[in-house]
Amino acid sequence: MSGYLKKLVFVVFVISAAPLWAATEIGYDMEPISPDLEDNPSLQNGMRLYMNYCLGCHSLQYQRYERTVDDFGIPHDIALEKLVFTGQKIGGLMTNAMPKDKAKNWFGATPPDLTMITRFKSPEYVYNYLKTFYVDESRPFGANNKVFPNVGMPNVLIDLQGIQRNGCMQMSKIAANGGEMRDPLVAGQSVTEEKCDQLYIEEGTGKYTAEEFDAAVYDLTNFLYYVGEPSRLERQRTGIFVLLFLVILGCFTYLLNREYWKDVH
Amino acid sequence: MSSPEPNSKFNVVWTDFMGWVDERFPATETFEYHMSKYYAPKNFNFWYYFGVLAIFMLVNQIVTGIWLTMSYTPSGEGAFASVEYIMRDVEYGWLIRYLHSTGASFFFIVVYAHMYRAMLYGSYRGPRELLWLIGMVIFVALMAAGFTGYLLPWGNMSYWGAQVIVSLAGAIPYIGPELMEWVRGDFLMSGATLNRFFALHVVAIPLVLVILVFVHLVALHHVGSNNPDGIEIKKNKGPDGIPLDGIAFHPYYTVHDIHAAVIFLFFFALAVFFAPEMGGYFLEKPNFVEADPLKTPDHIAPVWYYTPYYSMLRASTFELFGMTAKFWGFVTMAAAIIMPAFLPWLDKSPVKSIRYKGTPSKVALGVFIVSFFILGYLGTLGPTDLRTATAQVCTMFYFLYFILMPWYTQVETTKPVPERVTS
Repeated sequence: MSGYLKKLVFVVFVISAAPLWAATEIGYDMEPISPDLEDNPSLQNGMRLYMNYCLGCHSLQYQRYERTVDDFGIPHDIALEKLVFTGQKIGGLMTNAMPKDKAKNWFGATPPDLTMITRFKSPEYVYNYLKTFYVDESRPFGANNKVFPNVGMPNVLIDLQGIQRNGCMQMSKIAANGGEMRDPLVAGQSVTEEKCDQLYIEEGTGKYTAEEFDAAVYDLTNFLYYVGEPSRLERQRTGIFVLLFLVILGCFTYLLNREYWKDVH
Repeated sequence: MSSPEPNSKFNVVWTDFMGWVDERFPATETFEYHMSKYYAPKNFNFWYYFGVLAIFMLVNQIVTGIWLTMSYTPSGEGAFASVEYIMRDVEYGWLIRYLHSTGASFFFIVVYAHMYRAMLYGSYRGPRELLWLIGMVIFVALMAAGFTGYLLPWGNMSYWGAQVIVSLAGAIPYIGPELMEWVRGDFLMSGATLNRFFALHVVAIPLVLVILVFVHLVALHHVGSNNPDGIEIKKNKGPDGIPLDGIAFHPYYTVHDIHAAVIFLFFFALAVFFAPEMGGYFLEKPNFVEADPLKTPDHIAPVWYYTPYYSMLRASTFELFGMTAKFWGFVTMAAAIIMPAFLPWLDKSPVKSIRYKGTPSKVALGVFIVSFFILGYLGTLGPTDLRTATAQVCTMFYFLYFILMPWYTQVETTKPVPERVTS
């Protein structure tokens, strides 16, 4: 696509798409996800992953353990044993001991607090970011990222995901109708072409299969979505009752108004 | 106020009690003057709800604001965390905060509709010039309330948005830089700025607003309400001295307004409970990160209700008479805000309501509204050459609506105005 056309498409996209600060400048086709705040097992697993892999560097300094585990249905004693590694009390905020000024020297930037990351960016951003680390020896920590190019963060989930590389691979060609193009001479055989700038995982290098890893990253994203606004479920549930009440109240105020105005010409 | 049986025990006690009060305070007199014997035109339409809804939103902002203040920390170190504390740890804190943040946007929706109504039906015309001017002062005070309030969450957009607007003062020649320091109370936006904005937002401006709204109502009830026909109902009075086209505000318009308030609340609740961020329009994404003087957001945009004026500010791109483009942008923005105050004297039409005005007036108002919306939309986006050019054209149309008004309202042919209101 020529530069001009790209610009035009971008302008049309910006004008037509309402979200103002959506990550429009990310040159990566993001996979959509839909978080589910009623899925407690997912939220519990997401919290477990966060406490083990993320909290060391990224605090959730506005969110408390107690409220979180209460919302996820985790008993306090189990939570203190399995999830609170900082020696804090259950009512404590999810902080860490990382010295901010030193961290800046270590990583080039202080690892940000992630309490509101899904609100600042989006759940899609977090999900795709965590999935698109790949090997890049030119980077200080040997890892680069598709969603956040040249990010200072190392690939911390590499033991779960395995080694992911960015390169060329054979992929099914897409037919004009949107489906995979089939070889007309060999039944069931799809026609492939080499595509570059593609992510692929070296099989057997990670603890999780690709599906298991996707599910784990989903859980982690789901957890962060919860932490971004822990009252979201309560808000929506309350909202339905408020709207129902207003509809009923509106019927009575309508009748009251009609009663008074029926004789006015 | 009275039950059907005139001699019931309750009624006797009530009458005695009110008699005692009325000797000492004009309670019944005031109630009658402003409510039960205030005669409003019968033909109010949809646009006439927004005045009472504006009062409703003012009360919402004050009440939720009081509760927010109970848990908010006005300091550079504590503000951002205290807002999250309200959102997470305070019982129903999320509700109070969303009622306030969504309330700000709805307040402006309602006030813009209220002002549009006045422009539509010529409610600014004599004898309501003062009523309109008081309203203009309320509008400016409201903008100040929104501006100072927007800094308080101490998010990064709060910080940089306020920085951009405060730095406008720096464009004023000679005194600019000192004035900027004086406004901020520091050499850059800091906790000192936050604290003074807090004082203005929770004490000074609400006090001014409440007093002005009271004065606005006193002026309204003195001259009487205009109506969609732009006819003075006081010109046609019955033998009892009551306007023939008037109807007692209480109970007729109170029951009307209660129903309108419920419908309005439905839409308000939809936003509060299901879209408090409104896709980044009510709560901007960069504001979910704490203020950082070293990190400018990719794209600084004020909240939607300032964007028409912000567009006009940015539309000024050239130097003139040795003054910077920024200075002229500031002048343009200030002029755009003040301009409607001159409407009572710019409108020379023999009729008040758009219903009886000629085509030029209708076209002018239409172009004005479209320009205002386009400017508002452009203000939410980053500037490009094309957008800036569009904003310049729309700014011109915005001002032409006012500047050409004495001309097009005089040359056009108007329709005859009926003697009595139409339903």
